[in-house]
Parts: sequence; structure tokens; C-alpha cells
Amino acid sequence: MSSAEEVSYLFAQRGWRSWFFTHDHKRIALLYLAVVSLMLMLAGTFALLLRLELLTPEKTLFEAVTYNRLFTLHGVGMVWLFMIPAIPSVFGNFLLPLMIGAHDVAFPRLNLASWYVYVVGALIVLGAMVAGGTDTGWTFYTPYSTTTPREVIPVLFGVFVIGFSSIMTSLNFIVTTHTLRAEGMGWMRMPLFVWAIYGTSVIQVIATPILGITLSLVALESFLGTGIFDPARGGDPVLFQHLFWFYSHPAVYIMVLPGMGVVSELLPTLCHRPPSSYRSIVYSTFGISFVGFLAWGHHMFVSGMSVVNAAFFGLASMLVAIFTAIKIFSWVSTMYEGEIVFNAPLVYLLGFIFLMVFGGMTGVALATVGLDPHWHDTYFVVAHFHFIMAGPVLLAFLAALHFWFPKMFGKKYSERLSLMGATITFFGFFATFTPQFLLGNMGMPRRYYSYPPKFQWLHVASTMGATVLAAGLVLTLGTLLHALIWGERAAQNPWDSRGYEWDTATPPPEHNYEIIPQITRGPYEPAEPGSARVG
Amino acid sequence: MSAESPAELQFENLERQRYAATLGVWVFLGTEVMFFAALITAYTAYRIYFPEAFSQCSHHMERWVATFETASLLTSSLFMVLAVHATKLGRRPAAALFLLLTVLGGLAFLVMHGHEYWTDWREGGLPGRYYHLEEIRAAGAPMFYASYFFTTGLHSLHVLVGIGLICSMIKRTIQGTLTPEKHNLLEGVGLYWHFVDMVWVFLYPLFYLVP
Repeated sequence: MSSAEEVSYLFAQRGWRSWFFTHDHKRIALLYLAVVSLMLMLAGTFALLLRLELLTPEKTLFEAVTYNRLFTLHGVGMVWLFMIPAIPSVFGNFLLPLMIGAHDVAFPRLNLASWYVYVVGALIVLGAMVAGGTDTGWTFYTPYSTTTPREVIPVLFGVFVIGFSSIMTSLNFIVTTHTLRAEGMGWMRMPLFVWAIYGTSVIQVIATPILGITLSLVALESFLGTGIFDPARGGDPVLFQHLFWFYSHPAVYIMVLPGMGVVSELLPTLCHRPPSSYRSIVYSTFGISFVGFLAWGHHMFVSGMSVVNAAFFGLASMLVAIFTAIKIFSWVSTMYEGEIVFNAPLVYLLGFIFLMVFGGMTGVALATVGLDPHWHDTYFVVAHFHFIMAGPVLLAFLAALHFWFPKMFGKKYSERLSLMGATITFFGFFATFTPQFLLGNMGMPRRYYSYPPKFQWLHVASTMGATVLAAGLVLTLGTLLHALIWGERAAQNPWDSRGYEWDTATPPPEHNYEIIPQITRGPYEPAEPGSARVG
Repeated sequence: MSAESPAELQFENLERQRYAATLGVWVFLGTEVMFFAALITAYTAYRIYFPEAFSQCSHHMERWVATFETASLLTSSLFMVLAVHATKLGRRPAAALFLLLTVLGGLAFLVMHGHEYWTDWREGGLPGRYYHLEEIRAAGAPMFYASYFFTTGLHSLHVLVGIGLICSMIKRTIQGTLTPEKHNLLEGVGLYWHFVDMVWVFLYPLFYLVP
């Protein structure tokens, strides 16, 4: 095979211009990886500071207002700057064209532009937060966000800009999936990760504009006193909540569906067994995408809602759990009787499934209209959404990073250290948020600076967990950076995967494939002898 | 990819590329629909809260001007269709002329709409705390004007962008870079213009024809 002499995309061109003006989806993915990882570290640091502040019932390190700004920074950073773009922009970008047998995405220039738009948006958000110090929380609820001084507006503007980056990336992925699949790749031969990215993109293009308009309305209200969300002028603040959650509830699936795609994609390789039901995973992806749009009201059970509406939104939310359960059963039965390899990606996947199960069950409890008022705005909700959304996204991101690290960089990392990193990260996460379920159930409200001393031992436990989590992440970062510089050369297909992306060289050449492959098998079927497989 | 094929590297042929470009524009227009959907939702909510004020304000609007605005936008869309058709046939002068007429239709719309805004400004039909229209004192009238200004303002912005895009299409037509084989850009701009037109078809009854 000619691949040995082919120059990989990493060295095909040199100089900083070849990176910052590249149209290569793989290089753009690495640009995203760099910025998104930085955001994860920043927002993670803010979380750690929060946890340190909560070690004692009253002031530990910061004033109350600093504390409010810190949790806003943590939320805004994690949600808008890390979790929403993370997996689609990095791994979707890198893998989508490789997995469907294309030279690039459909609109390479738009792809690069979306990175710049994202970076500009992120700079605006972070700059405004540091200069002004928004303290509304990441949800910007009115009337708080319209009555606090103007510092909120630049942050809203930054998020608005980032929204355009999401739209551009998703539009690109949708068109790419429709138009650039290699010959022989019918829809039902697409890898499950591609399905997940496609589903996510559809949600993004439908939901994101609503967020953009809602944020503009808040800005307008601040500048012109339009009163749209101001009860004193006949406006309705609950309308803001409806519009905001119409985007932000599906946004949960924007964050978590790509993670589910990672699990569906990796498990067959790591268990040496095709997925037990390809179709049920595909259909449940659609199910989640669709039902996800009908569940937003469950954020507002205590905002004033009729019994009929509340019942509808509660039931719709429970439907999401059914589709998620279909996926979980499918994953577990894929593992059943498989030849499971125990390594870092697998630990992350098991952590993902574990968190999903418990996060999901508490989600069903919260969606129950009668139970929600007890837990609403308590740490129970905080723990729930960290279990169902934040943790799984983080773990799936790290699983994907470990699994495709050889593909992206052509390097091997230390098995032992990465396994340690994965284990510590998972247990750290578990130890951080399990106490928060208890705290919430005992009545500790979220976003509070001070609390009764009887809660202190649980807060200390949670902070200890957060420290362990940080240690795991630092170890993982060190392991990967070490591998990046000093790692040995990785094999062509180190996991013995049947994924199409491994059919080309590792790391891939500049335009992925010399000749576009003809797809003659399903995504998880073994390659036929004598086929175009390299290696 | 052979040298004579003008398609970009990732597409196997020009036809595929055109399909991708058109699909891209459709998805983009989908996001645009959602932008306006949010605004129309807000409008609907407040029309339900304040039916009386919305009716009075709507009657106060210059219905006839708006009708001419609607007519000029619809006509300009017709010229756009003719321009795309002329380009497909390779009739460049005709295409340029039709595009020019499209731009004129858009400009006429903006001028008439600007006149409306000017009248509202003078009379005090303004959003929120700036509202001081003497004739209508019903609660919720400022909300009507907030909704009106923001929704039609966003639409006018789209018209303005559309005019800019069409002007660049005129330039390309004169330069001859839009050919019967390759005119993705013009098709895309055409779809966008029809979309802008469509949005107005919804806004016109919502703001001017409330019973």
C-alpha cells in the first residue's frame, strides 16, 4: 500500500498560516480541540474555586458577589463554551468526512469561519465576564438579567455570536451527510456516531435561532425598556423562560447525543461484537431529538403552569427516558458475551452508562409533577444534571479523545497512566455529586453562598470529590501531552476496529482518501478479504 | 478530480456541488424560519393577553401603505424568478435588467416602510417606555409597537441584506461569472429573496389586518 510514504495531514503543510487559514476539517478539529480543552480547564477551575468557597458555611475565600460571578462563569463556560461545541466540533469535524468516505466537509471555508466565530464569541463572553462580572447564572433569567446593570448584555451578545458558530457547523454537517457519503453507503450503513452527529445538528439548526432571538429581546429590553419580559409594563417573564428552555432543553441533547454516539461507536470495537441492535439506536436517536423538543416545560413546573400542561411536559420528559433506556439496553446487550478489552476508553464508557442510569432515574423522578416542587432549585437538581449531562459529556469527550488519539496524532499513550486517569476521574466525579443529591433532598438550595452548619459535612465531601476529579483530569492531561511529544508511533489500527475511519492511513493524509472508497459492507461488519483496507 | 472539472475537491461533480449548495441554503432558511417563529410566538402571546390594544393599534397602522409594500415585494420576487430563468438561458442583459428591477422592488418596500416608521416616530407609536401615542391608551399598546418594531425591523434588515446580495449578483452577471452551467450563488440568493418575501406575507396580516 502507498500509505507508508503518504504524508499525514499534520505535516502536509507547515507554518502557522497553514493552521490558521486551513480548510482541512482535521486541522480545524484540532483547532477546536485546543480551544475547547482550554475552556474545559478554565470552567473546571471556576468549579473548584466554588467548591473551596463552600467548604465552610459562611465566607471561606470570596465575598458573596464573587461567588455569584464564579458560578455564572462556571455555568456559562461549561455549557456554552465547552459542552455544546465539544464533541461535534472536535470529533464530528475530524471523523464525519472520514467515516462517510469523503475528502472534506461540504463547505470547508464555512467550517473555518465557524471556528473563528466561536473564538470571537468566547473572547467576548470571557472578556465581558471578567470586566463586568455577570452574576445571573448561565440561564440569564428575567427580570434579574434585565434589571442588573448592563454587564449582562455583552455576555448575551457573546453567547449570541457562539450560536451562529453552532448553526454554521451544524448546517455544514447536515449537508455533508446528505451529499458526500461514499458510493454504497446508504443511510442504514452510516456509523452510529455519524447518526448521532446528524441528529444533534438537526436539533441545533432548529433550536439555536430561538435562543438568539430570546437573548436579543433581553438586550432590547435593557436598552429600550420594551417591557417584553417586564411585568410592570405588561410583559411576561415566564415567556422568557418558555423561549429560553425551548432552546436550552433540546440543548441538553445537543450536548449528550454526541456522547451517546461515542458510546455506540466505541462499544462494538472494544467488545469485539457488532452492536446488538443498530436500528434501535438509530431510531432512539430520532426519538430523543423529537421528544426533546416537547419537554422544555419541566423546567417551569413552579413558574405558574396549568395542571394539564404540567402533566403533558412531565410525560414527554419521561418519554426521553424510554428512548435513553433503549440505548442503554442496547449497549449492555452489546457487551454481553463480548470479548471486552479493559482500557481507558472502556472505563470512560462504563462511567458514562453508570451516570446515565442514575441521572436518568433521578430525571424521571424530577419530571414527576408532584415531586418536583420538593427538589426544584435545590442541589438535587444540580446533582441530577451533572449526572445526566455534564458527567457523561465529559466522560464521552475523554473516551473519544483516548480512542481516536492515535488516529488524530499517530501516537500511543501510556496504557497504565491513562487507565489510572480514567478511574480517578470517574470516582472523583461520583464523589463530587453523590453528596449533592443528599444535600438537595435535605433542602439545600442551589446558588446559595451560605448554608446551615448541618450541611457542612456533605459540602466537605463534595469538595473532596471535586479535588479528586481535578487530580484525575490533570493526570489525564499530562498523560496525553506526554504522549503527544514523546509517544511511540501508533499502529495503523491499534484497536482492531472495523470503523471506516481506520481504512485510511493513521494519521490520515491531507485529503483523507486517495480514491473515495466503495462501501460494500455495513459499518460493523468485518472487511471482506482483499478489500481496500490499508494495513 | 480532473483539471477541467470546476467542482471543488470534495464533490465528485458539479451537479453534486450545486445540490449541496442548494441544500445548504434551505437549511439556512430553516434557521431563519425559527428566528421569526420566536418573534411570532411572542407576538401571539401578547395578542392573547391584550386583544383590544392589538386590534386598536392594528387599525391605526397605515394599511394601504403596507398593501403597496406587499405588492412591491411580491412583484420583485417575480422579477427574481425571471432573472434566474434568464441566467439559465444565458441571456445576460435580460438577467441584469430583471435583477435591477428586483432591487427596485426591494428599495420601494424599504422607502415605504421607512415612511411608516417615521410616522410612528412622530406620533409616538413606539415600544415600551417611549410610547406616547395619544389616541390609543389601551394597556398593551406599547407591547404591540415593541413587537411590531422588532419583528418588522428584523425583516427590513433581511431586505437590506438581500438588496446587497442582489447588487453583487448584478455585478457578477455583468462580469459574466454566472453561467447557465454554474449559477449556484444566484439560485441561493433567489431562494433567500423569496424567503424574505414569504416572511412578509405572514407579517402583513399579523400586524395590519387584525380584526
